[in-house]
Amino acid sequence: MHSETLNTQSTFPAKRTEPRPEHPPEIPLAIHDLTVAYHRKPVLWDIELNIPEGKLVGVVGPNGAGKSTLLKACLDLVPLTSGWAHIYGKPYRKNRNRVAYVPQRESVDWDFPVNALDVVAMGAYRRLGWFRRVSKSETERAMDALEQVGIGHLAQRQISQLSGGQQQRVFLARALMQDADLYLMDEPFAAVDAATEEAIVELLRKLSDRGKTCLVVHHDLATVTTYFDWLVLINMRVVADGPAAETFTRENLQKTYGGKLNLLEKAAEALRATPL
Amino acid sequence: MPELSEIIEVLLLQNYNTRLVVLSTTLLGIAAGLVGSFLLLRKRSLMGDALSHATLPGVAIAFAVMVSFGGTGKFLPGLLLGATLSGIAGVATMLLIRHTTRLRDDVAMGFVLSVFFGVGVASLRMVQSMPGASAAGLESFIYGKTASMVHADFLIIAIVASLASLTCLIFLKEFLLLCFDDGFAAAQGWPTLFLDILLLTLVTAVTVIGLQSVGLILVIAFLITPPTAARFWTQRLVPMLFIAAFIGGLSGWLGASLSALTPQLPAGAVIVIVAALLFLISMLFAPVRGAIPRWVRHAHLRRKVDRQHLLRAAYEILEVQAGDGPVVNEPFPSSALLKKRSWTPLQLRKILRVAKREDHLDPEGPGKLRLSESGFGEASRATRNHRLWETYLIQYADIAPSHVDRDADMVEHILGAKLVRQLETYLSDHDLALPVPPSPHPLEPSANQ
Repeated sequence: MHSETLNTQSTFPAKRTEPRPEHPPEIPLAIHDLTVAYHRKPVLWDIELNIPEGKLVGVVGPNGAGKSTLLKACLDLVPLTSGWAHIYGKPYRKNRNRVAYVPQRESVDWDFPVNALDVVAMGAYRRLGWFRRVSKSETERAMDALEQVGIGHLAQRQISQLSGGQQQRVFLARALMQDADLYLMDEPFAAVDAATEEAIVELLRKLSDRGKTCLVVHHDLATVTTYFDWLVLINMRVVADGPAAETFTRENLQKTYGGKLNLLEKAAEALRATPL
Repeated sequence: MPELSEIIEVLLLQNYNTRLVVLSTTLLGIAAGLVGSFLLLRKRSLMGDALSHATLPGVAIAFAVMVSFGGTGKFLPGLLLGATLSGIAGVATMLLIRHTTRLRDDVAMGFVLSVFFGVGVASLRMVQSMPGASAAGLESFIYGKTASMVHADFLIIAIVASLASLTCLIFLKEFLLLCFDDGFAAAQGWPTLFLDILLLTLVTAVTVIGLQSVGLILVIAFLITPPTAARFWTQRLVPMLFIAAFIGGLSGWLGASLSALTPQLPAGAVIVIVAALLFLISMLFAPVRGAIPRWVRHAHLRRKVDRQHLLRAAYEILEVQAGDGPVVNEPFPSSALLKKRSWTPLQLRKILRVAKREDHLDPEGPGKLRLSESGFGEASRATRNHRLWETYLIQYADIAPSHVDRDADMVEHILGAKLVRQLETYLSDHDLALPVPPSPHPLEPSANQ
């Protein structure tokens, strides 16, 4: 994974000089001194983050910046070299119930013998525990979740016969089934149709209105400030984080994207499109 | 050739000599179908192959150990225990290579498979030359043999096969999650490592009890073929499991029976050939994902599209012929059709032949065509639907008139009659004439562009 991380990295983002932040115990996600390395190549360096409650948080950075790894590190899916990530003040393994995870769509084989409803029901497996079959009430909840993402009519469809956008919605519905307080989503907007993009944004807003916190890995700089109210810019290190409007500056983007010219141009374009 | 009565006797388990063998391969087949389904969905088929080859040294070593303790060495539970241990050693080696080096998985599997098998073949030769022991027959573990079976051996195989099948059903939900999305499973707190080990244990169990009858080279085919065949019949996991178990059981039963009737045929090979035949039938004829039903569906759609294109083209020719008057059904030159669409003369001849068979065309003089009564009705309906779509797309979906023909063409072939009716109602509410409305774009685009 991310083998290009270091090679494409000509300049190392400068270490921040501000004093280390305190970590209030009750915030949805607090990350302290977190470092992750694959095969002795660091992917994330020295991450310090506090994610406040009820925010829609965009995680933005170039390819191989460690965005997906950051989510996986919070979920104990990759070994940490140092540091910790706390969910509402506790290690993840003690607070799993409060977190829902939406992996990248490409991470699974969609030609699998299950239908959309089966996949959504997987969100209830933890609640059900060992050996218990999916109950009728859980099936109804799964149906509800599918309705919420606007594809209730596709419940019985085999998942390879869904479009990319519909597959993404199935994953979101599965996360809704988990009934969590913190949602970690890995590129839900990647390669989806306009209708799905709109549906996802609407869903994020609804979650946020209900006080849920969403951490969303995002690629499209043009929509960052309209979709999110909090931003984390990362490129191995946290380059900047804070309220979206204040964080999304030319200077910060330059620091995040480094010498990547075409990306920088895109960023400039996005800046022109969004009045600061 | 065996007599018919003999064949029936074997198939119906009435023959004492073969009863236990046939019954054991049937149970083995059911277990292999279930366990194999998850092995396949977990994409670990190659690992199963390496594992089965890694059992051979264990067989030879167990034999040698039992002989040196004064036994005959042909004690099946002992041999199977040896096979299990060396199979586990093989998997462990594989995992060790994966976790300590950066070699790819397939390299590790290829390495374990060939090295363990090589060691196995060499040690078999060595134990055969041990004094006071007859190791003849140990080779049957490689290709499988339906030798008659003692009751105690049968019990071991039956119990292990039943337990493996039962475990698959008990852990159905957990295995499903593991196979579909292991990252999500781990994030939810499921012990994916434990589940993986459990699955591999089941694969080991099925492999080991399959050694005697199917043989270690072919047991992987017995694990993989039934679920692959089952996948053609269904899109859901539970039906797939039961179909795989059925196909596995059937192959075990038929294969072992056939091999018992013709002793020169190795059982493993016959069982796998039967399974492969069932696979072939599934691949060709299974209604859900089989090749022929899929092809028929495709051909059906094509014919429908061709028919609609022909009728619409004919109707539009008649429209031009009628000028300002009402459109009436009269003969028209067949060459006009070639100008309307990009058909080759050969394609057109074929389409016309189908249309005649469907009674959409009446016989007419050479070079001339005439729609039948029903053909004309069908043609005006097809044209009307197409134009409704065009109108709708131009007005509500904002598609340029120069592109609308193609898009409308696509939707009308895809959407059902119910939606068309809804659209008609909708459009009639908005004052659009319902019989055949005039085309919303020029019919001869080349003349206007």
